[in-house]
Amino acid sequence: MFHLDADVKSSRFRHAVPLTTVLVLALDTATPAVTAGVVDLTPDSPPRLLAQRVTLDAKAHGELLTPHLLRALAEAGRSLADVDAIVVGAGPGPFTGLRVGLATAGALGQALDRPAYPVPTPDAIALDAHSGVPLLVATDARRREVYWAAYDAAGHRTGGPHVERPADLAEKLSSLGLAAAAGEGARIYADVLGLAGLGVTLLDAAHPTPVGLVRAAAREVLARAEPAPLTPLYLRRPDAVEPAARKRVTRA
Amino acid sequence: MTDRLILGIESSCDETGVGIVRLGPDGAVELLADEVASSVEEHARFGGVVPEVASRAHLEAMLPTMRRALDGAGVELADVHSIAVTAGPGLAGALLVGVSAAKAYAAALGKPLYGVNHLAGHVAADTLQHGPLPKRCLAMLVSGGHTQLLLVEGLAHSITEVGSTVDDAAGEAYDKVARLLDLPYPGGPPIDRMAARGDRCAIAFPRGLTGPRDNTYDFSFSGLKTAVARWVERCERAGEEVPVADVAASFQEAVADVLTSKAIRAAKDLRVDTLVISGGVAANSRLSGLAAERCAEAGIELRVPRPRLCTDNGAMIAAIGAHLVAAGREPSPLDLSTVPGLPVGTVQIV
Repeated sequence: MFHLDADVKSSRFRHAVPLTTVLVLALDTATPAVTAGVVDLTPDSPPRLLAQRVTLDAKAHGELLTPHLLRALAEAGRSLADVDAIVVGAGPGPFTGLRVGLATAGALGQALDRPAYPVPTPDAIALDAHSGVPLLVATDARRREVYWAAYDAAGHRTGGPHVERPADLAEKLSSLGLAAAAGEGARIYADVLGLAGLGVTLLDAAHPTPVGLVRAAAREVLARAEPAPLTPLYLRRPDAVEPAARKRVTRA
Repeated sequence: MTDRLILGIESSCDETGVGIVRLGPDGAVELLADEVASSVEEHARFGGVVPEVASRAHLEAMLPTMRRALDGAGVELADVHSIAVTAGPGLAGALLVGVSAAKAYAAALGKPLYGVNHLAGHVAADTLQHGPLPKRCLAMLVSGGHTQLLLVEGLAHSITEVGSTVDDAAGEAYDKVARLLDLPYPGGPPIDRMAARGDRCAIAFPRGLTGPRDNTYDFSFSGLKTAVARWVERCERAGEEVPVADVAASFQEAVADVLTSKAIRAAKDLRVDTLVISGGVAANSRLSGLAAERCAEAGIELRVPRPRLCTDNGAMIAAIGAHLVAAGREPSPLDLSTVPGLPVGTVQIV
């Protein structure tokens, strides 16, 4: 018998009752899509999108993410106080934009006292793709490289995420036995990757959607698991070189 | 009106700062918390701030630094009245971490956001220690990234640039000369310590932009650095041991001489009787010593905040935020952009 006791913290109380609907705020800034969405999550049915705001602009993550999430919530008739959990894409993605999503999710979680769950961004794209076959997800890493990961027919990640030149990835593709590809990187570099020659179908899923992000974290969210740290998947080290011996200003 | 708590977030360079101040009904600003996480040690082996390294460190430090500031002040986020954040000038990627977090805090709490100028924050830092500024005063900002003379006519109203460096910032010159002398990064503290044992008149290093046709209030430190390099190399070629203490003292004298003489000249020309020196280099013992001497001679009141308030921190951002709130300014929009090259005249982004 469970008493509604003032000493029982609400979060502990929620463990003991059957889980009903969880309101999840989903964010991603690991691709040119500035993505914010409000999603209903229940244990027995697929996540349901209530509202979203998405803008394709690789340079506007910092400006748009917070206005987007507020507008999506308003359209869904909810407020930030109603949000039970936050899910955020942890990349890999271009660093500056990627950090916007993680900084936003972290600060929201801290201020609202709600858990913020990081998920690898390609995992969300893979779930969006619904391919049912072995899948490649590749996103644009700039500098003529791609971030990529491989998935089995059930959508479980079997390799990656890695960062690589498309030509180098192309050499590995035949051994990966993939049947489909998703993500903007796969589209941009379809020719270099030789997708057509390998019989790999290019799917529409280009950027992660709020539903894909929430599906990638659904089990943890519903279990109210302790979130992993909000650590970006950078995959590359910072560009920095230690200075060589100092330059002389006079002739030796 | 009751007390209002203003939160300040700083991430423009290599320090993640969160400060909390209390704005009283009479406009008084009281410091409650000032927490800083620095990535300076991660940059040391590169001899300067690496932007990507700084940005990564900001993301890691933001939440823990906020927690420490709240605990230090004994308040909760829900108690905060307004949030101020450095929107520029600074490193683009670094600024974006603080601004992104600040927007999220503001949205979650439903509180106003003020995107503020980092340089105005440096001037405002002094009010946390010495109280309100006079109606008009001159401020000299000297740090690794900035060397500027500013006419301040009300922190929330008008800040005008009077002069600035045409090449290196004063702190940058310290870093470069420290490297010449095989002293560690950042160069300010080790040169200051070494100079204490040297003769500041030993070597007559050049005073940049002090000729009759040079711009009276602008600075140049690139030539000074090159002059030090030439001097050191001449020693090495002659097989002489480099008198590091004398070089450090003479270099430091050249920097302090130019900075203070131009500041005093500007203060006299602009008829202001108060000089505020802030920024990381304000902690330099010779700069503050010479400034005190020359200000006393000229009848100018000198205000230098304690070193902790001079270097980058969140408290100074909270302080400028408090001045904007006290002046009844409208908050910034939540689609606020960061502006890496924000001019000093723009105190708040609206």
